Amino acid sequence: MPTKPDDILAIRDLEVHFEQSGSSLSRLLGRPSGTVKAVDGINITLQRGEVLGLVGESGSGKTTLGRAILGLVPATSGTITYTPPAGEGVDIATLKGATLRSMRQRLQMVFQDPSAALNPSMTLETAIGHPLVIHKVASGEELRQRVIASLERVGLSPAEQFLSKYPSDLSGGQKQRAVMARAIIVGPELVVADEPVSMLDMSVRAKVLQLMLDLKRDLGLTYVYVTHDLATAKFFCDRVAIMYLGKIVEIGPSDEIFADPKHPYTKSLLKAIPDPDPSKAIPRDLPRGEIPDAARPPKGCSFHPRCPMARNDCGWEPRDLKSLVEEHWTTTDLATFEREHELVGHLVELNTSAGEVVVEPHRGKGSPDDVWAMFSAIKDARPDEPLWRGVTSMEKTPAGVKFVFAPSSPVNLRASGASEVACVLYPSAP
Amino acid sequence: MSAEPIVRARDIRIWYGTTRGPVKAVDGVSFSVGKAEILGLVGESGSGKSTLGRGLLGLLPDGAAMDGELTFEGVDLLAATPKQRFAYRGTHLGMIFQEPLTRLNPLMRISEHFSETLKTHEPSISKAEIERRSLEVLRVMGIPPSRFSSYPHEFSGGMRQRLMIALALVLRPAFVVADEPTTALDVLVEAQIIKILHDLRNSFDTSLLLITHNLGIIAEACDRVAVMYAGQIVEIGAVDKVFADPQHPYTRELLRSTISLSTTALHSIPGAPPDLVDPPTGCAFHPRCPDALAICAVTRPIAYARDGGAPRSGSTDVACWVASAKSGTVTLTPAEAAPLPREELADADEA
Ligand SMILES: Nc1ncnc2c1ncn2[C@@H]1O[C@H](COP(=O)(O)OP(=O)(O)OP(=O)(O)O)[C@@H](O)[C@H]1O
Ligand SMILES: Nc1ncnc2c1ncn2[C@@H]1O[C@H](COP(=O)(O)OP(=O)(O)O)[C@@H](O)[C@H]1O
Ligand code: SF4
Ligand code: SF4
Ligand SMILES: [Mg+2]
Ligand SMILES: [Mg+2]
Repeated sequence: MPTKPDDILAIRDLEVHFEQSGSSLSRLLGRPSGTVKAVDGINITLQRGEVLGLVGESGSGKTTLGRAILGLVPATSGTITYTPPAGEGVDIATLKGATLRSMRQRLQMVFQDPSAALNPSMTLETAIGHPLVIHKVASGEELRQRVIASLERVGLSPAEQFLSKYPSDLSGGQKQRAVMARAIIVGPELVVADEPVSMLDMSVRAKVLQLMLDLKRDLGLTYVYVTHDLATAKFFCDRVAIMYLGKIVEIGPSDEIFADPKHPYTKSLLKAIPDPDPSKAIPRDLPRGEIPDAARPPKGCSFHPRCPMARNDCGWEPRDLKSLVEEHWTTTDLATFEREHELVGHLVELNTSAGEVVVEPHRGKGSPDDVWAMFSAIKDARPDEPLWRGVTSMEKTPAGVKFVFAPSSPVNLRASGASEVACVLYPSAP
Repeated sequence: MSAEPIVRARDIRIWYGTTRGPVKAVDGVSFSVGKAEILGLVGESGSGKSTLGRGLLGLLPDGAAMDGELTFEGVDLLAATPKQRFAYRGTHLGMIFQEPLTRLNPLMRISEHFSETLKTHEPSISKAEIERRSLEVLRVMGIPPSRFSSYPHEFSGGMRQRLMIALALVLRPAFVVADEPTTALDVLVEAQIIKILHDLRNSFDTSLLLITHNLGIIAEACDRVAVMYAGQIVEIGAVDKVFADPQHPYTRELLRSTISLSTTALHSIPGAPPDLVDPPTGCAFHPRCPDALAICAVTRPIAYARDGGAPRSGSTDVACWVASAKSGTVTLTPAEAAPLPREELADADEA
């Protein structure tokens, strides 16, 4: 795909997969096995001087995407084209060794935990000058002067007082300033800032964000701002991409995303932010559940198990039926739970994404009629569960109760207003 | 809410011994928590919130010292022996921490965690009774009873925090301290947990001290809020009153610097919180306070009740010279009321 001259970065069909080992120890410690598609088909074009927010809950792939942009994690497939101000575009995804390292002068990263980012046994002078030494850009007195200039630039002044300090002498905000000083000393064009303020106190956040805005203005930086905090993203970003399980589900100008959020996930996130205004009551209609295991993403739209708007074609599958029964068990009395649990067991037959499934009485305890009665009662008690929209038939068979699920429609990013949204509801019919 | 508080704390002080001298982490704090009330405790990091919360439960580390008056349902907790205190913990006083996974044993089933907790305090409890009581709490937390025999790793982060809350509640304590219970969680899960905590008073009749640095959580979950600065409570009162009309300059500046969806300009408090080994004289906030008067640098402000007179439980108490002069509870001399000359702050002190 051609890029315009003011495009600094063009990400095309990027995928980053991680293979996870399935050893019994890692299972015991809760690490899932299989392939995790941390970044699963991402397309973004970033303009020079823009601030793009990558927003999502943990595990959505924000950090992995940010690291891939800098070549810090290998791309499984796809391209990441970086175009310098004057010159030809290069694909970071295929760069290696010395070429990749020299590219790091143009592309820098700032991490969430400033304490972990700074070597505790290095003075600020050594730490901040380190990139210049690595890239053999400066040494001796010039190195020192550039470190001083960088410290002053980030507000650690008078710089002479800070040169010999260690990270442990600094407050959290000062550490993040030092990390910024190290990032800008090589004169980068693009800075990927991964949750740069999330570990800082409220009163310090504003100061660090202000510093980042000043640096952008003075040095002409472009930012990718990774965060789970929609409030800072709204203030800080020109454009926002909302991520869920490795995919962008909504992307658009900040104004549009916040004034007219479209994707049900974006809407939920906005509703869930605790607001310091006590007159705004606690939301009662929160989506249930959590981000699912990335190694076993839901069928169809990944958000469907939690989506209050879901339709029949959003990807309903047997696993969702199991969740519904478990939820039902948290509301029934203990006797009912024990009887039903005895009847159907742990419902392991529902741990599948198959289009149809039969639930049988567990170990011959009870009859298909009992199973039918149980599911009929659940359905009658919760007729409005979105799941039932995706169950095309529920019928009694000689073995048990058979459920057939509706096929899912593809969900791709499609233009809707000024944004692009990956949801079957968009673009809405005219 | 009944008139008699569950917990009453008067002039609590807590120090940590260090080579640099004592760290005055909590410095003369008084408040009470009513039955089924949720009191929020908010402040910047290092202001002493966790120290206070742990001190209330007798969970301070070695090297910490505490004095003051602390009663739970009228019983003097500071006079209690360690054994008596242990008996109180769990059955009367509970704690919920930030990191649920580090508090759960990966090799023990959920059922075993509950059984251990219940048996520690009720050695003769039957298996059926353990199951009945555990499943009842788990259900309120939204954890399917069919998962009772699972291991901690089989649960997601939010579910583990629900488990921790359930474990704290299974002994039906009357008072629970929750220290940043949602900080490690995502927004949607955080909102789910806040809702659970907010509803605790209905489901369990529990009083809660909710520690957080998030003013939004205070607004959504709490009845009253205590704002802490440098080991002291500088303002305490009903959340809607305090947030709508803060009397203390620190509360006001903290609210202004919070970034929310309606933020259009960044605001921050100049300077940084003080070193608690050697806190400022007078009002601890004076080096950063935009309203500071001459007296603020010299004399510690006297707390007053917003509706006049001495502070008492349930009223909005404020410790600030400007606010008390405005309310008419003190009259300052012109010399005392002169604006405090401001020292220029170096950029470096800004974060
Ligand atoms: N090195 C790795 N090996 C295996 N899996 C990984 C690795 N790095 C990330 N993952 C997995 O990839 C998915 C996305 O991770 P990533 O850290 O990019 O998400 P994130 O949105 O940044 O989350 P957080 O906000 O928690 O940092 C997760 O399921 C994670 O467990
Ligand atoms: N174990 C300890 N030893 C020495 N100082 C401590 C210890 N724990 C906390 N402090 C100090 O006590 C003060 C208050 O800390 P803390 O109670 O953790 O505050 P918060 O929870 O608000 O972050 C800080 O100055 C902190 O450095
Ligand atoms: S496609 Fe849209 S409506 Fe369907 S589950 Fe996903 S977000 Fe909800
Ligand atoms: S007492 Fe003085 S310094 Fe302290 S908050 Fe009030 S006005 Fe500011
Ligand atoms: Mg991350
Ligand atoms: Mg703390």
